[in-house]
Amino acid sequence: MGIYVDKDTKVLVQGITGSTALFHTKQMLEYGTKIVAGVTPGKGGTEVEGVPVFNTVEDAVKETGATVSVIYVPAPFAADAILEAVDAELDLAICITEHIPVLDMVKVVRYMEGKKTRLVGPNCPGVITADECKIGIMPGYIHKKGHVGVVSRSGTLTYEAVHQLSEAGVGQTTAVGIGGDPVNGTNFIDVLKEFNEDPETLAVVMIGEIGGTAEEEAAEWVKANMKKPVTGFIGGQTAPPGKRMGHAGAIISGGKGTAAEKIKAMEAAGIKVAETPSVIGETMISVLKEKGLYEQCKTH
Amino acid sequence: MNIHEYQGKQILRDYGVAVPNGIVAFSPEEAVKAAKELDTKVYVVKAQIHAGGRGKAGGVKIAKTVDEVREYAKELLGKVLVTHQTGPEGKEVKRLYIEEGSDILKEYYISLVVDRATDRVVLMGSEEGGMDIEEVAEETPEKIFKEVIDPIVGLTGFQARRMAFNMNIPSKLVNKAAKLFLGIYEAFISKDASILEINPLVVTGDDQVVALDAKFNFDSNALYRHADIVELRDFDEEDPKEIEASKYDLSYVSLDGNIGCMVNGAGLAMSTMDTINFYGGKPANFLDVGGGATAEKVTEAFKIILSDSNVKGIFVNIFGGIMKCDIIAEGVIQATKQLGLEVPLVVRLEGTNVDAGKKLLNESGLNITAADSMADGAQKIVELVG
Repeated sequence: MGIYVDKDTKVLVQGITGSTALFHTKQMLEYGTKIVAGVTPGKGGTEVEGVPVFNTVEDAVKETGATVSVIYVPAPFAADAILEAVDAELDLAICITEHIPVLDMVKVVRYMEGKKTRLVGPNCPGVITADECKIGIMPGYIHKKGHVGVVSRSGTLTYEAVHQLSEAGVGQTTAVGIGGDPVNGTNFIDVLKEFNEDPETLAVVMIGEIGGTAEEEAAEWVKANMKKPVTGFIGGQTAPPGKRMGHAGAIISGGKGTAAEKIKAMEAAGIKVAETPSVIGETMISVLKEKGLYEQCKTH
Repeated sequence: MNIHEYQGKQILRDYGVAVPNGIVAFSPEEAVKAAKELDTKVYVVKAQIHAGGRGKAGGVKIAKTVDEVREYAKELLGKVLVTHQTGPEGKEVKRLYIEEGSDILKEYYISLVVDRATDRVVLMGSEEGGMDIEEVAEETPEKIFKEVIDPIVGLTGFQARRMAFNMNIPSKLVNKAAKLFLGIYEAFISKDASILEINPLVVTGDDQVVALDAKFNFDSNALYRHADIVELRDFDEEDPKEIEASKYDLSYVSLDGNIGCMVNGAGLAMSTMDTINFYGGKPANFLDVGGGATAEKVTEAFKIILSDSNVKGIFVNIFGGIMKCDIIAEGVIQATKQLGLEVPLVVRLEGTNVDAGKKLLNESGLNITAADSMADGAQKIVELVG
């Protein structure tokens, strides 16, 4: 179970012949992900890692029945790759590519209105349902099957959270990296809604960072709708104001989007927030114990 | 990427936006020559630095004669301006913009930003121009108007007019204002800007609507398709270490502490800083080596940290996903071979190719303190730096 992807999900890789895509295609196959097709314009008819390559997403879908795409296409061409996935009416397009121009994404998000496809990312680690399906770039070995959902704006902080949970014997259902870009496809609330409805998921870790107001909005939603306990963390608590910290998203300006504001909003919604990133796992465990869910969530 | 006001105004001019005549000057002589060429009754001598608040800091002077222009130019060039956006160390003025004075009747505010809440470009305007717009937003939010722009049709005529009416621009000038708004939108989209702020936009005594300032910020991810914008970059305005880092597509920000940090991923990098602070240390920098970095890039990244004389210890915190731990290890080894390693180094490796990375470091003979978690590493480096 889990959300978005499972053991039966048929995945195609856009940009499969690039070096990063090749490396991660191998890793995904090793994990057990059903990679059924690759797409690289001009390389149709060839094969990599035993996976057939097609010239277009449309062809790949027609021949293989893929429903989810993962995109490793370089930034200048990535927006077009997302549009192609949307046009082919995939259920889900997961865009790993970082550094896509933001105005390209404004057009993409507009184009997607009323369309079938959900976009996760860009600039994200991907989506993994533990022991079933790994789509993206996350290290597979840190994930253990269990009952905690993870949603995060930061890739490496997702790994950090998952690793801590697994080390403490608390497995996960699905971990979703929504990406750090200011304009993206899927936000916290979209993922929280899915976790709320997923019978396997008993609690959720939500990891945000400075900049924007997505965490505040998610906290409001949690307060009004969430049936399951949520814990959290906000990165960038000590970042100096006005400095751009890598993610186009992570910039505080004019007192908006500070860590303090986000933590306050989350705590007001009953979300327990870890004081440091090293206790994201512990914080979840303490809440699981409090709610009497720990025994169910413990995997060994 | 930021540019200077005079460069921003040239872009606006190219898109048919009304801006006062003006000429850039790098010396008092050039300032005088510019003033003579402009030949106007009132000159404005404006310091060109990449920061707002110049007026309040004494960086904008009104001159009535060419001699006054010379005096102000001498006074401003080489002066260090401290504004609320420069930080306490301020910024040295190396360029001036000599501009024709405007007969200002009223000041307004207009800007374009990429709004993450709506996933659209938003035109934002107010009749409360000339002052701190954050204050207006806080105290009288009803005086700020927004038009959310559909990228398919762009800013429309009716939206531009509605904004002008909302801002209480005099009726007879509404069409001129709307034309200006359409012009700035065109410039914003064509050049892949992420912020364009005009504060103030003014209505003049001779019934013109004019952009008196232009603050552009460009999307660094789109610079590859704007060679003309890249050329406007002023290296004097940037930290030398940040310039070096940008050559290798590294995301680097100088900070005032003494613990150098090399991390992959912006979120983890910020959290590493948070953790160092939590254990009582102070990070010397934010450095995200990114996902697809090569060993060469990692080497350069590590060299930037090693060459920072404030750095008394280094913490490498890597959780490999797209980044492979062995690439990091190679980079660290290469950099220390070239520059030596005289400060304590704590390394925490986890994730993709972790075993290969650890093996490389173990066999390198470097004096490395291994850490098994971010907290452990942060504690160790804080202790070692003392």
